[in-house]
Amino acid sequence: MARLRVVGSEKDSAAERVDARIAADEDRGLLRFLTCGSVDDGKSTLIGRLLYDSALVYEDQLKSAERDSKRANAGRNEIDLSLLVDGLQAEREQGITIDVAYRYFSTPRRKFIVADTPGHVQYTRNMATGASNCEFAVLLIDARQGVLNQTRRHACILSLLGIKKVALAINKMDLVDFDQATFEEIAEAFSEFAQPLGFELITAIPVSALKGDNVTSPSANMHWYRGPTLLGHLETVDLSHDTQERPFRFPVQWVNRPDQNFRGYAGTVASGTVRPGDEVIIHPSGRRVHVARIVTADGDLEIARQGDAVTITFAEEVDASRGDVISGIEEQPQVADQIAARLVWFDEEPMLPGRSYTLKCGGQTTTATISALKYKINVDNLDHVAGKTLELNEAGECNLSTGKPIVFDPYAENTDTGSIILIDRCTNATVAAGMIEFGLRRATSIQWQELFVDKGARAQLKGQKPCVLWFTGLSGSGKSTIANTLEKRLHALGRHTYMLDGDNIRHGLSKDLGFTDADRVENIRRVAEAAKLFVDAGLIVMVSFISPFRSERRMARELFGDGEFIEVYVDTPLEVCEARDPKGLYRKARAGLISNFTGIDSGYEPPERAELDLKTSETSPDALAESVLAELRRRHVV
Amino acid sequence: MKKRLSTYLKELEDESIHIMREVAAEFRNPVMLYSIGKDSSVMLHLAMKAFYPAKPPFPLLHVDTTWKFREMIAFRDSEAKRLGVELLVHINEQGVRDGISPITHGSALYTDIMKTESLKQTLAAHGYDAAFGGARRDEEKSRAKERVYSFRNAAQNWDPKRQRPELWHLANTGIKPGESMRVFPLSNWTELDVWTYIYLENIPVVPLYFAAERPVVERSGMLIMVDDDRLPLDPGETPRMERVRFRTLGCYPLTGAIKSDAATLPEIIEELIATRHSERQGRVIDHDQAGSMEKKKQEGYF
Repeated sequence: MARLRVVGSEKDSAAERVDARIAADEDRGLLRFLTCGSVDDGKSTLIGRLLYDSALVYEDQLKSAERDSKRANAGRNEIDLSLLVDGLQAEREQGITIDVAYRYFSTPRRKFIVADTPGHVQYTRNMATGASNCEFAVLLIDARQGVLNQTRRHACILSLLGIKKVALAINKMDLVDFDQATFEEIAEAFSEFAQPLGFELITAIPVSALKGDNVTSPSANMHWYRGPTLLGHLETVDLSHDTQERPFRFPVQWVNRPDQNFRGYAGTVASGTVRPGDEVIIHPSGRRVHVARIVTADGDLEIARQGDAVTITFAEEVDASRGDVISGIEEQPQVADQIAARLVWFDEEPMLPGRSYTLKCGGQTTTATISALKYKINVDNLDHVAGKTLELNEAGECNLSTGKPIVFDPYAENTDTGSIILIDRCTNATVAAGMIEFGLRRATSIQWQELFVDKGARAQLKGQKPCVLWFTGLSGSGKSTIANTLEKRLHALGRHTYMLDGDNIRHGLSKDLGFTDADRVENIRRVAEAAKLFVDAGLIVMVSFISPFRSERRMARELFGDGEFIEVYVDTPLEVCEARDPKGLYRKARAGLISNFTGIDSGYEPPERAELDLKTSETSPDALAESVLAELRRRHVV
Repeated sequence: MKKRLSTYLKELEDESIHIMREVAAEFRNPVMLYSIGKDSSVMLHLAMKAFYPAKPPFPLLHVDTTWKFREMIAFRDSEAKRLGVELLVHINEQGVRDGISPITHGSALYTDIMKTESLKQTLAAHGYDAAFGGARRDEEKSRAKERVYSFRNAAQNWDPKRQRPELWHLANTGIKPGESMRVFPLSNWTELDVWTYIYLENIPVVPLYFAAERPVVERSGMLIMVDDDRLPLDPGETPRMERVRFRTLGCYPLTGAIKSDAATLPEIIEELIATRHSERQGRVIDHDQAGSMEKKKQEGYF
């Protein structure tokens, strides 16, 4: 065994040399990429070549590969570089890669983590797995075969997983006589196919992994090619999307509470930055707090950036827990219990709509059922296909209903807070990987803003009790007339009021709606929500709306607290209304010029238990307004 | 004085800390397997960082074969004391009573009883549901395919064809009673990363890693250090003093030294950059037969 000697240099000591080397390394980053392609495209050989050429193969590993090469291919003297990479015994025997293998090598410019993913069709899930942790992909193509079904499938999976940049390594160029036209044909065919896949960069490189052409050094056999070598490209490819400033996200991983005096929240910054003093929001509770310290074992930080594993403390006493997500006050994450997500199915048991699975999203764990498979995604071309279930290796767009609301971002905006896995609750197998598209229940996707001045405080300042008077009745029944009279009286009494009139609302808030049943329902929902806001502002609100359906009036009623909703039925027979016809609408409806007109060709459901029942055919509008005012006094509203 | 970490080392550190916190949050009863070597030193250092200002919320466990270098045992005890962490030591007493030794029973049987069996005994006895290990994927080919979260069935065996896919940073930590997880937070570190990190972070390591004059004998091309008088010498054989160090540490009769002058961390790093021998070459047990590490792993060895 030879004594190992360090080669001397002009530097005096090992410490100085190592320090200089480390100083030069300071900005050396990390690139995680995966290699994929069909069986026999030469992935393992290519990685073996990268390791071999970057002098990262040790003598004993080489010897062991040499020994194995001789055994596997009796008579051949060349070392089979793929044997450096194909790790598992079974693979060495069958000559295929059966799992994701990770390899490491580095150059002065970058450190590389390579996920070697299988080309076998049944192992698509492993490719998705490899891709989920990579930011770049090398897609191999056998120059003799061109773009194959597998190539297309792998490109589609890369696209589904959000990989934006790929290198197309057109391999085995030595077997097509290093022919330029062959290379260009394949590159062209791939670009054309990949057009809809949304890759930002496709770099085609002609290589021979076996002979070493254009892998780490430029090929002497392909003078027509002027682009970078594969390694050169890996060293320099711009991943600047990482540096873009994105909104702050910090999923709480673990609550750090060594004693009564310290309560910190440990986690890794998923995106953006945070500084002590920043106002932040804890989701899903919506609590607003201020960051006190960013604690690390190496001292407190002035700023924490994406990827930093830190512990955050707050100035306020709060009780956050694992699964909570902390964000800045701008650009908050969504919160929903209904989400749309793209799933890639990983299990031999097919996906079953309605079955309950365990869902993990960051530190959040809950149950989830798939409420609908909207369509399957053909992973060979990303086309949408109708389907009822997802089988192993299939992908689809699904609606999921979760056991409790989850905090998330769309996957396209944040892979950390937008990715999920589904786990079988009996076998504990990971059955699916998911990319969240968006939340389905819009209302829950907007976090409740914590308010310090509330309804009571606003009302107190006005010296009144806020409520809504919901006038319902046929067109021409006298709703607006009575409501207007009432508002004038209240105004004169120094009360703060607001009027929401059906016709006026349809000129603005609801001008996009028609008069179908569905549109009427939506119209009522909008008005009820608007009324709720005004009540919250401390006002006495009058809503003058036909609001023909009981269920929508009930829906409106349920938005308000006890005693806040006063339903006023303006009870005028249809004949009376039609005789009055103040806007000439009945006449038009009878003439068929207007359709879906309440009372004519659309129904009206009278209230069963209205707080007030006003018979307009017997009493004047002024007297009726006065009786409503009496009711308000009785209720201590005024 | 502590030096600044380069971008990629910081990224590796953050990733390892994330994994440790995930395990602390998701498992009921985790433990950290501490083998006293450089990787364990780094793993323990990362655990101290991950839970700071708290102490790691799990004990250290050393599976002692009774044949470790004496300096390793001394280092183990002083480190646990210095850091104020709980240290558990397990010895397969049945194996000791049966007089199992690497010298008389061969490395394969000895490793099985005093390491693999011993480890399984103690993990089962304490009901640990997750055990951290310091293995790295760059050590050996079969380890390159191991997951960070490596599922073990109730018999603590590893099935390379039924590994759980690892997507994003989402770990499927679901296990049933009796099943467990081995977790490797240093999966993505290389030997050079480990040494560079030790240097930059001033992490103490066993002095055996540094070159010194030590008594050795040569056995089947390997330099074996005579650490105590249990190593039988052939007639006429006398230990000679050589300037040696160890790249990897295990049981002294099974661990080969390398001739080296590297007596400081920078010298070790330079030697590593220049060397063309992989670190596991100094381990007798890896060479029993082709694919032998994979076999041991399936049986439950770390």
